[in-house]
Amino acid sequence: MVFATVIIVGSFFLIVGTIVSKGFPALSWEMLSEIPSGDFYMGGEGGILNSILGSLYIAAGSSLLALIISVPIVIYINMYLKKSSWMGNLTRLGYDVLFGMPSIVYGAFGFTLMIYLGMRASLLGGIVTVTLLIIPIMVRTMDEVIRTVPKELFDASYSLGATRLETSRVVLKQVAPGILTAVLLAFGRGIGDVASVMFTAGFSNDIPKSLEDPASTLPLAVFNQLSSPVEEVQSRAYAAALVLTIVVLLISISARVLSKRLSKNKI
Amino acid sequence: MTFETPHISVQNLNLYYGANHALKNINIDIPNKKVTSFIGPSGCGKTTLLKTFNRLHDSSLEVRVEGKVLLDGENIYDKNAEVTSIRKKMGLLSQRPFPLPMSIYDNIAYGPRIHGERDRHKLDEIVERHLKDVALWPEVKDRLKSPASRLSIGQQQRLCLARGLAVNPEIILGDEPTSALDPKSTQKIEELFIELKEKYTIVLVTHILRQARRVSDYVAFINNGEIIEFAPTEELLLNPKQKLTQEYVKGFVS
Ligand SMILES: Nc1ncnc2c1ncn2[C@@H]1O[C@H](COP(=O)(O)OP(=O)(O)OP(=O)(O)O)[C@@H](O)[C@H]1O
Ligand SMILES: [Mg+2]
Repeated sequence: MVFATVIIVGSFFLIVGTIVSKGFPALSWEMLSEIPSGDFYMGGEGGILNSILGSLYIAAGSSLLALIISVPIVIYINMYLKKSSWMGNLTRLGYDVLFGMPSIVYGAFGFTLMIYLGMRASLLGGIVTVTLLIIPIMVRTMDEVIRTVPKELFDASYSLGATRLETSRVVLKQVAPGILTAVLLAFGRGIGDVASVMFTAGFSNDIPKSLEDPASTLPLAVFNQLSSPVEEVQSRAYAAALVLTIVVLLISISARVLSKRLSKNKI
Repeated sequence: MTFETPHISVQNLNLYYGANHALKNINIDIPNKKVTSFIGPSGCGKTTLLKTFNRLHDSSLEVRVEGKVLLDGENIYDKNAEVTSIRKKMGLLSQRPFPLPMSIYDNIAYGPRIHGERDRHKLDEIVERHLKDVALWPEVKDRLKSPASRLSIGQQQRLCLARGLAVNPEIILGDEPTSALDPKSTQKIEELFIELKEKYTIVLVTHILRQARRVSDYVAFINNGEIIEFAPTEELLLNPKQKLTQEYVKGFVS
């Protein structure tokens, strides 16, 4: 037990330590506020604003889209299907399989889909692919929390003459903190994933102005800079990784704060 | 025992949980505006029977119900019966209180709202009236907006009663509603039941024979999914006719 804790805490500090020590010196206001100049990857001027925004757009867009798709799925399998119905079981098997799928498979699938539709690599392509990637995460997390809702809460609502739809709303209130956790978990996965967006979101030094524009992402910026021969650019890669880490950290913290606030009505 | 116009009339009711025959050919009339208690050993089917009255078994795939439950003469298991309006006629109190995950005010207003009441002033009035009905108003009137989960268990149970009353039911179903409560809260709930039977038909599941005696007019003894005996309270508890009932209430008679 102590050993496990040491390993986890140790590797956390090792990873964060490396990123901070290598990235922090290279971190500058310019990095955060400017887009890369033409020879940025060879040591030129500029920053990674395009990638920061690209990542945020993709993660936020796909989290929102996935939420809109996942909530009805979860409500349907929990409220409208009877317990242990074959459709519910099939759905659960399905998301378990999808959950374990490596993200490159989603990338390849998204890429194929886009070629088929005649779309080029773009923000939209990235959002759609990441949405597919994170739906299983969301559905699974939400399904698990909804299944912990005591049956009596359903009965309490039903016995007042509520319909299933009205009861679903009560249930959603009860599991609001869980839903938030699911969304932020999915957001974190979406913002950090590289394989799914590598082919689908494309790459650009500009900030995407519309859904059809290609977009860079933070993991991609890390990757591109690390593969540069110039040492200064390599240390900027760590700065980009640091930014990514900070974003993910901020999300985890706000998840905790928000979910506590949402829990106040929970029974 | 029969009544001229029973509020609920159960006829040849059988219920199966998969292969488990949990209710066996139940026939019972629940009298109007009286308190009827179900007593019996744990697992005999009291909760199961109570839930058949407002069709709370509907969502379970493995439950099969046969027979009729007539509510004011209409079979609630009829194909055309509208389940939400049946349920609206009955308030349910469960073993542990389950407030909805919202404020005290919204808990009471929930029922009226889903049934179409939008008027702010009317809702205020409904909330106040029903909180007064359950003697909770003085305790909570200054914190109506705070989460219901912060109330004590006893207060929560009274809130749940008020919530049920707010949809204007005719019947109150209580499934051991005092089993999680301290003696003082228990006494309050019992007093409320005695008051409320002027206006409502009450069906109460209890395992406390003294409680059955204090509040009910009639008592049914259930054993192993069957109604063994159904009689006026004093008669059943003090002078039971069936051997099984005699054994069950033995300790009580003295
Ligand atoms: N959801 C269910 N699935 C399968 N069997 C069930 C289910 N609920 C109850 N039963 C079974 O039906 C029988 C009656 O249960 P019920 O809960 O009605 O008893 P009870 O009289 O209310 O007991 P208690 O006094 O302990 O509350 C028991 O044998 C129980 O195991
Ligand atoms: Mg029970």
